[in-house]
Amino acid sequence: MTTPSTTSLAVARAARERRSAGFARTTADRLGVVGSIAAGILLVIVLAAVFAPIVAPYDPDYPDLLASLSGPSPAHLLGTDALGRDILSRLIWGARITLAGPGLVILIATVIGVLLALFAAWRRGRADTVITWLLDVLFAVPGIVFGLIAVAIWGPSLVTVVCGLAIAYIPYVARVVRGAALRERNMPYVSAAWLQGQSGTGITFTQILPNVQPIVIAQAVSSLGFAVIELAALSFLGLGVQPPTADLGLMVKSGFDSVLRGHPTEAIAAGALIVVIVWCVTVIGDRLTSNARSMR
Amino acid sequence: MTEPLLMLDDVRATLRLRGGHQTLLDGVSFEIHAGEALGLVGESGSGKSLTTRAITRMLDPAFRVSGEIAFDGTSVLAMNQAALRRYRSTDVGMIFQDPRAHVNPVHRVGDFLTEALVRERGVDRREAERRAVVLLDEVGVRNPEQRLRQYPHELSGGLLQRVMIASVLLAEPKLILADEPTTALDVTAQSDVMAILDEQRRARGLALLFITHDLELAAACCDRLAVMYAGEIVEQGAHVYHAPTHPYTVELLGARPSIDQRVDRLPVLRYDRETHELLKAEAS
Amino acid sequence: MSLRAYLLRRAGGLLLVLLVTSFIVFGLLYLAPGSPLAFILGPRGGTPEQIAAVTAQYHLNDPFFVRYAAWLGDILRGDLGYSIVYRQDVSSLISGRIGTTLALVSMAAVIIAVVGVAAGTFAALRGGWSDQLTSTTAAIGLSTPSFVVGVALISIFAVGLGWFPTFGSGTGGLDTIVHLTLPALALSVASAAYLARITRASVLEESGREHVQTATVRGLAPGYIVRHHVLRNSLIPIVTVLGLTIATLIAGAVVVENVFALDGLGSLLVRAILQRDFAVVQAVILVLVVAFVVVNAIVDFLYTFIDPRIALGSRQ
Repeated sequence: MTTPSTTSLAVARAARERRSAGFARTTADRLGVVGSIAAGILLVIVLAAVFAPIVAPYDPDYPDLLASLSGPSPAHLLGTDALGRDILSRLIWGARITLAGPGLVILIATVIGVLLALFAAWRRGRADTVITWLLDVLFAVPGIVFGLIAVAIWGPSLVTVVCGLAIAYIPYVARVVRGAALRERNMPYVSAAWLQGQSGTGITFTQILPNVQPIVIAQAVSSLGFAVIELAALSFLGLGVQPPTADLGLMVKSGFDSVLRGHPTEAIAAGALIVVIVWCVTVIGDRLTSNARSMR
Repeated sequence: MTEPLLMLDDVRATLRLRGGHQTLLDGVSFEIHAGEALGLVGESGSGKSLTTRAITRMLDPAFRVSGEIAFDGTSVLAMNQAALRRYRSTDVGMIFQDPRAHVNPVHRVGDFLTEALVRERGVDRREAERRAVVLLDEVGVRNPEQRLRQYPHELSGGLLQRVMIASVLLAEPKLILADEPTTALDVTAQSDVMAILDEQRRARGLALLFITHDLELAAACCDRLAVMYAGEIVEQGAHVYHAPTHPYTVELLGARPSIDQRVDRLPVLRYDRETHELLKAEAS
Repeated sequence: MSLRAYLLRRAGGLLLVLLVTSFIVFGLLYLAPGSPLAFILGPRGGTPEQIAAVTAQYHLNDPFFVRYAAWLGDILRGDLGYSIVYRQDVSSLISGRIGTTLALVSMAAVIIAVVGVAAGTFAALRGGWSDQLTSTTAAIGLSTPSFVVGVALISIFAVGLGWFPTFGSGTGGLDTIVHLTLPALALSVASAAYLARITRASVLEESGREHVQTATVRGLAPGYIVRHHVLRNSLIPIVTVLGLTIATLIAGAVVVENVFALDGLGSLLVRAILQRDFAVVQAVILVLVVAFVVVNAIVDFLYTFIDPRIALGSRQ
């Protein structure tokens, strides 16, 4: 007869194998056709943004005042803006900020959110009640308001809005993760580890965290799309990234003035790039979310 | 002999799948005359429910149906949409297994009972409610006026099934299709509901197709039985219960636990797909 | 639970959240770098009268919690403070602009409800390529920020075709509706797309329910079944999303009002932030949060009418 602990160990191993089997599958398999296309497009944009100094044909800040608001030409593939800066180069540099800002927002929110959620799920009782209530209060305020509040206190800048939005996204991550962690906590492999004398912190990080990881990632990617939109909106309002830095939200803003004078290229190009980025991120996020659900 | 009310002749239903197709009804034929009750018995997956769905043309469009289904001499499969709706609303009434799932939870019981009369027959709402109250009373629902104003979740399963029966009787059909009407209910509610269905049917002279896996129950309230296995009717007639001839029916009847004698182990049915195919090959 | 007990409990919860948010909004002043006085007056410095006015307004000479209580008392009496930039009472600043925001949000809400439900239902019931087209459009709509839609609408319909005015909120009545059409559209695109998605999924799920089979087998008309059984039951998720959406529209209006230069609360807030007009910032944020919380509470209350299975107070 097998002892209870080996049975529990087998359960624990099965839980972990179930997870690694998911990761062994190819990316295409996990993302589907549309998801793979989205991932491909996003990869190209990210690479271009990372290697902006090499890829961009011009210095994004160099003003060629003689050639301002010129249409697409072999020299400037997408033309120039009101100050004569090359729009394509500014798009590539702008994508950097437009991706890095929200990336930072989600990174901060995810780390704090996951820690809060795991703590609440492990301790339960009063700690859980307090944390849940706190998250509910954060939920009671629309996300962009946090960005506005932060700017009101510390003044307009990218760092300010990133901090503000990061707080806004904590409850979105924490709620989902807390639910998943509570479910995992009731799994037999957790009691098995408990019986073997592992500490609560140990179990949380070595057993529960790896098992809720797909949900964490899916939620982070899905939130990223919204963060891109909100951060770009704050930049558009003049509360986030400040000129002359190239940023897609700011480019829509400065392009907007040119639209009124009959030159829509800059606004269209920057707006379209935001839409493409958000679409790619959302598609991947949706796919990861349904994968994470079906793995349960 | 007069023309049957419902006639099924060599009905086949084939489900097209990616790797070929699967025949789930395999040449089903039977007749029900006016006022007659036929019990359709078989294990789950044998095609009983699919048969009722074929009769009401409620099968998923993925099914290909062939053969002939005639009601009062009219082909059901050839009906256009208008004729089909008339047939469903006036000629047949369907009682489902799980009343909880089959009654819309967000509307009041009164709406459920009267909607068909009001919408399809142009009966005045107040008149429809009056008729509903009378019928609820007849199927043994107490305080019918009050029930009309309640929501389905406020009624017990047994009570809700009586409401379902009343809703079918209200439409005054000629044939009732009852698909395991008592299976989802408590044991105590089962016999009550069955007794009411049987009594009301006889009093009104309605025909009944009674789907069940309970041979005894079917024998008790039906004139004839038809036994289904793997999409086919293996045996049918008035004799089935007392003098079965097909090996499957014999085994099915033998498998009933008896209260008169104790057995160490309940018998296991040995009749399976293989035996079935073998017997069929022999017969042809 | 009785209606009264429910309303009491609900109102209690609401008050608690409002108390906390008001405390946070008040506390913001103390998160800012420098002394509150210097922060509010900012680089403008300030005349002795202004210093006295700010000290009185924020009760700066009292201990912290007394300050908060006094400030809260002022707000409850309708005294939202005094704008240093506009040299005007904040309450009159807000009451002059709240109408525009309300009109914008209401128009957007109507557009979202009509377009979202219609498109989602259409996609679910028609299936095939109509479904594909609707779903793809919804995915793109969901990915498009309102300010991008706004800029696109202005360049096409205002600058290009000249059908609508570019800026401003009009002079009232029909003129306001014309002026607010493009802004309301910009505000509604993403939410309408989301609602269409939810509606589609919900209608698909409800069409497959057993009680819909019952209705079909009773020979009821297909149109009636869709309206009375499928859509009626889909209302539960639809109303949830619509309610949440309307609540977020209040915040979304901040962006759209700035694109179209509308004279609403949102543009007032952004200008106040940039000009460090702190009393206005506090008041507008408080109004936004109160509206957000109240709309959510109303949606919760509506549930009980849409789904009779949900007893009052059984869901939070």
